[in-house]
Amino acid sequence: MNSYINRMIQISLRLLVEGRVDAILGFQRGTLPMMSQPILIRQPEQVDQLHWDSFCANNVANYLPKRREKVAVVAKGCDSRNIVLQIQENQIKREQLYIIGVPCHGMVDRRKVLADLNGREVLEVRDKDGILCLAAEGFEEVFLHSEYLQDNCAICRHRNPVIYDELVAEPVTEQTEVERFSDVLALEAMTDIERWQHFQELLSPCIRCYACRNSCPMCYCPTCFVDESTPQWLGRSIDPTDTQTYHFLRAYHLAGRCTDCGNCELACPVGIKMRQLTKKLEKDILELYGYEAGLSLDEPPPLDTYRPDDPQEFIK
Amino acid sequence: MSKRVIDKTELPDLIGRLMESNRVYAPVRQNDMTSFKLLTAAEQADFNLSNTTLSPKSLMLPQSEWLFDFTLDKAKKETSFLSEIPHDYSPRFVFGIRPCDAKAFQLLDLNFHSPQYRDPWWVNRRQTTTLVGLGCNNPCTTCFCTSVGNGPFAADGLDVLITDLGDELLLEALTHKGFELLAQTGVGAEASAATLEAALAIHHRAKQAIKSEVPTERLKDRSLIDLFNADFWEEVQFACINCGVCTFVCPTCWCFDIQDEVSKNSGVRLRNWDACMFPLFTLHGSGHNPRAQKLQRVRQRFMHKLKYFVDKYDNGVACVGCGRCVQQCPVNIDIRWVFQLMNGLAD
Repeated sequence: MNSYINRMIQISLRLLVEGRVDAILGFQRGTLPMMSQPILIRQPEQVDQLHWDSFCANNVANYLPKRREKVAVVAKGCDSRNIVLQIQENQIKREQLYIIGVPCHGMVDRRKVLADLNGREVLEVRDKDGILCLAAEGFEEVFLHSEYLQDNCAICRHRNPVIYDELVAEPVTEQTEVERFSDVLALEAMTDIERWQHFQELLSPCIRCYACRNSCPMCYCPTCFVDESTPQWLGRSIDPTDTQTYHFLRAYHLAGRCTDCGNCELACPVGIKMRQLTKKLEKDILELYGYEAGLSLDEPPPLDTYRPDDPQEFIK
Repeated sequence: MSKRVIDKTELPDLIGRLMESNRVYAPVRQNDMTSFKLLTAAEQADFNLSNTTLSPKSLMLPQSEWLFDFTLDKAKKETSFLSEIPHDYSPRFVFGIRPCDAKAFQLLDLNFHSPQYRDPWWVNRRQTTTLVGLGCNNPCTTCFCTSVGNGPFAADGLDVLITDLGDELLLEALTHKGFELLAQTGVGAEASAATLEAALAIHHRAKQAIKSEVPTERLKDRSLIDLFNADFWEEVQFACINCGVCTFVCPTCWCFDIQDEVSKNSGVRLRNWDACMFPLFTLHGSGHNPRAQKLQRVRQRFMHKLKYFVDKYDNGVACVGCGRCVQQCPVNIDIRWVFQLMNGLAD
């Protein structure tokens, strides 16, 4: 990790000193163990604040839409795919960006680690070469990254940035053989009634805080449909119909746009596994159009384009 | 009768007996999260946690509350009149609430039960609820209750305080309601002087174990305008994604929105939690929004808790140091840092 950080700092310093960019968008160390915080650095003397470890899971593309200045952005594989989509959707211009690509080893799920610590609190974290060493008064324990990865990272096929101006390290080996859709296959195998019951249960803890929406780099509408008030489209209570409508519509808005960065689940305070909704749509788009979101600037998003050979069985 | 000792294994039995003719709430685990729920079996209560994911705020201020219903049918004589929807205000007992969360109810009383305003739903629930608190033997690293006028075994707001002595529990009645609970259930044996001493030692150790501190002493004297215009808000707000996690998990964030939901000729008036993080929070009917920018919304949350509330009620900050927002903010915005910034702002 240190080599990543050193390289990031070198690049950032050079870019700021040479005036190539106005700011660096990256991460700083968090105030809690196993947390980080997105930061915007404008002064060369601040670049030492840049940090990298296995807990830099927030998708920095979330901070790009409508930015006016020129920004260097520290981007993992998923971040870079969201950047591609945002460029295609005219939220930011490629010329405004200097992409510092970070080949990613997958992010560790803080909550999985905390769950296994069983209430014991960690004071010190050492994070090196796929091993996490956690310590506090009276205990020291070693965790393997590979066993505590975020669910989305464990099945990620695009750990290397798909677009960048410079990489902080050599690309990592991609996990080409992972099965991405086992949970979706399970959903598809359910009867309609089972699936409906599953969804109702899945979404029942929702407190409508909208962290899943707001943590998503593709949710940038000036006014979200849930915030429309003239007329109001959706009830604001925690009536299950309104809550479910919110989640289903949110997922549909991400069809062909979700990169499975996992920020929705990461942000959810009540632990809702809502990626299965977006992953079902990801699978459909892959099967219908052979398309994966945000892999190339030259590939138009399938729902924004028309091709004579597009499948149309669903509108019979 | 006011200080009783019971064996730990007797607690489910006590809860079970109360459940026979009362509603009893306690922390319940659902997948990865915990919150206070109405128990249907005493065994559902889970006290093996530092604190619940969601605060018990919803026990007094439900996230969505149906207040009135009405008809718009002109043929009916009650057309367009609001009629109050009946609520269940039978006695209830809350087990396992932490002292910080009980203190939060007291702070919210300043708003919901004041000389000017008396929110009947809030007041009725407060009056019919007995709070059986569980002190914190092992406070979290993010707890800072002792900096904000509270503590891991503080009595404020509780009717009964439980101290975990290991194999036994000490139950101390702190109010008339608490005394009644212990007297009516007749639980346990009178605590010995040695037990009380052991409990005091635990209280003392817990207090010492709190490592997080926030400064508050200068907040009251700070110039409101200077704080409002401070440069640091730019830095504080950058990472914020304007979700409602901090406000919704917070035991002292009380803002709500009142809405009518109408279907054909009948409707209900309900109130829902609202959050100053949301763009709709201050949107005017004209379309103007005085807090259109993220910075303004983030600033509002902290100014309300650490300045406006302090100035208005002269009763400390509107924060009980539970650390939920610190733990759960998806982008690690740490209120302890904001305390430092606001308290330490140079004159």
